Formats: sequence, C-alpha cells, structure tokens
Amino acid sequence: MKKLTRDEMAKRVARDIPEGAYVNLGIGLPTRIANYLPADKEIFLHSENGLLGMGPKPAEGEEDPELINAGKEYVTLLTGGCFFHHGDSFAMMRGGHLDICVLGAYQVSASGDLANWSTGAVDSIPAVGGAMDLAIGARQVFVMMDHLTRDGECKLVENCSYPLTGIGCVSRIYTDLAVIDITEKGPVVREIFNGLSFEELQRITPVTLGFEQLAESA
Amino acid sequence: MINKSVASLEEAVAGIFDGATIMIGGFGTAGQPTYLIDALIAQGAKNLTIINNNAGNGEVGLAALLKAGRVRKMVCSFPRQVDSQIFDDLYRRGEVELELVPQGNLAARIQAAGSGLGAVFTPTGFGTPLAEGKETREIDGRHYVLEYPLKADFALIKAYEGDRWGNLVYRKAARNFGPIMATAATVTIAEVSRVVPLGELDPEHIVTPGIFVQRLVAVEASLAQSA
Repeated sequence: MKKLTRDEMAKRVARDIPEGAYVNLGIGLPTRIANYLPADKEIFLHSENGLLGMGPKPAEGEEDPELINAGKEYVTLLTGGCFFHHGDSFAMMRGGHLDICVLGAYQVSASGDLANWSTGAVDSIPAVGGAMDLAIGARQVFVMMDHLTRDGECKLVENCSYPLTGIGCVSRIYTDLAVIDITEKGPVVREIFNGLSFEELQRITPVTLGFEQLAESA
Repeated sequence: MINKSVASLEEAVAGIFDGATIMIGGFGTAGQPTYLIDALIAQGAKNLTIINNNAGNGEVGLAALLKAGRVRKMVCSFPRQVDSQIFDDLYRRGEVELELVPQGNLAARIQAAGSGLGAVFTPTGFGTPLAEGKETREIDGRHYVLEYPLKADFALIKAYEGDRWGNLVYRKAARNFGPIMATAATVTIAEVSRVVPLGELDPEHIVTPGIFVQRLVAVEASLAQSA
C-alpha cells in the first residue's frame, strides 16, 4: 500500500479546481494546495480574515504584519485582489458564494458529517475559528486527510465519534489512498492511487463503498 | 465645530468602567489596537468582558491585558494558538471564563447588534456542540440556530486614517472586525496612524462612516507596529 505524500495529495486536489473558482483553503494541509494551482489559470483564493485574490508568501524582507492569512502567516495580495471586513467575508462563506473550500478533518462520516475542530479531550482548550462557517457555507466542501490515523484507524467512519463541525456537508474526500465522493447512495470511490485494489481499500474502510470512476479521473 | 479626535490615549480610554463589555478589533495581531489596550491597562478598569477573535498573542496587547488580570470573560472564536500561553494558563486555572463562538456567528451577532436586529437564524453550528440548548428552526428546507446580538459598551479598534468627524479607512487585512465592531458599541474608540483634515478622505472610499465613531486618537507608528 503506497500512500500519496502530502505534496502529491495537494497536487491531486489542485487538479480539480477550475479556472474562475472562488476557493478557501483551510489552515494546515489544504494550504499546501496553493503551491500547485496552475499559474496560467486565474483562481481566486479567499482568506476569512478579509482577503480575496490572496497571493503567495512574500519575499524575505517584504513581510507586512497587516497582510496575513487565516493561519496568521504572511501572504501577498494579487493585482486585482481586495480587502473587506469580517461581515462581508463570512457572507461570502455562509452565503454560498465560495465555489470550493478544502478542509482538513479528524473524521468524516459516510453521510458527509465533518469533525475537524475538536477531539473532545477534557484538558484541551476549545477553538473553532471559521471551520463551522466554511463547512456549511461553500458550495462544495472538499476534505483532504490521511485515510488512516497513525494508529491505523480509518478516518472515514459510519458515525463521527469526535464533536461535529457540520452535518452532511462534505462533498468529496481526498485521502492519501483514494478520492471518494459522498453521494446520496453513500461514499463512492472515484479513484484509487498507486494500484491499490478496491477490495483492499474496502477492507481497511469500515463503511460500505461504491466504486464508480468518473470519466475525467479514469 | 465637531472634533472627535482626542489629544491623548488617556483621554481616548477615559470613562471605561469596571465590569464593562469591550470589543477589541484584530485578527491575531493584525488590526489589534495595542496603544489603546496599553492605555486601558494603565487606566485600570477591571472585571471586563472582552470580545475579540482570539485571546491574545505573546505578551503584548490583549495578552498583556489578560496577564494584568483585568479580564473576567473572553468571547472569541479561536483562543488556542501557538502563542496564547497567557490565556491558556488563566483558563486552565479557572481564572477566566470562555464563551466560544464560531467566527462567522461572532461576526453575525456583532452585525445584528449594530444593525438593531433582535436575533439572527444562522446555519453555522447546527447539530454541533456549540448549538446545544439553542433554539433552532427549519426555514425553506435548511436548519438554522437562533443566535442573539452581541453588543458592547466600548469598542477599541485600529484604523489607518481618520478625520475629525470620525470617518475611517483601514489598511490591508487589519480591517477585519473593525468596521463591524464600530457599529455595535455605545462608544467606539479608534487608534489611527494619522488624523487627516476633513475632506481628505475620499467619500467613495470611507469604510466606517463617522456616525459609528465617538473618539479617535492618532498614535505614532500605528502602521505595521503590531508584529
């Protein structure tokens, strides 16, 4: 079982983001997708702290503490980009104006419930940020996560055991083993990486999977 | 002649009382009005409820206010960060109360207060632990949670330039919560890099109309000092 690397995963997600899309890349792993968006396509990156048309990180010495992304990293603004306040920013998110958001996850359920903000550990300090708004707001919610935890437990589950971020909100999951759509018929595998068999994927995944390749990912 | 610009930071934070609810602008350190916060620490008001997206970074600004023991309760979306050690410690010792609000609900509740709404039905958080015990309603096939307005006695915000009528423009991503918090507080106080003559700000570009601002104060190097 040869897993995709983080960068290979990012590259794979980037391939499915069309020109003209308004996209929010969540904090952590999804941020890496920006490195693989094709330079010849215009794709609008949104950052919930009030940026549209977000560009890459600045050259050394060009960092501006008032030009950061949602992960509080220094970024730039593309020509044509703009700034706005939090009310407008979350109207973009909650109001269904973003085409795609890509989020990390602890767990996704077979019906597309998302758990990505809290492990529910008693001694942890809870923090949610914009995760719940992104989860229910974007037209398509992509999740990018390892298929298995370090302990070998599958992160695609029948029911999430961690506290939920949103109900039935995930459209598609990119793991390091496969691309899986959440459909009305349940999870449907669209693509399996590196020659892993469907039977083997199903064996390590505790929910019933369908298998139906899409023409463009064949 | 109306002049909302005050001469000192001390004057800017005058009248902030013990037990006040205060909105503080900023997303992390971007847009955090650190001069006003330092002035608030010097002023001495305590037992405060603070509304901010985060709960302080490092040892300055909001973190310093927390460290000084002035905050009874934090209302925020993302307290836990790599450099939120002051809050983390106070929280673990039970010395500060936390109301965790999804970021967009924080914005919506502030906007509801500022625009005179009685409450909002928001889809964010439905079915999650953060909506437990709250009224819900299905509208047009979608589920919503009833959230109440969040208003404040004071808002401390950072803008780039302002004029004596209180009109404000912001700089880059330091804008974040400033414009909406300005609408939701009884007294909004802005620290700006420059107070410019009336008429210098292009009326087409003013982000916060002066009606939402009661005081402003020019601080040196407010620009990009927040790091």
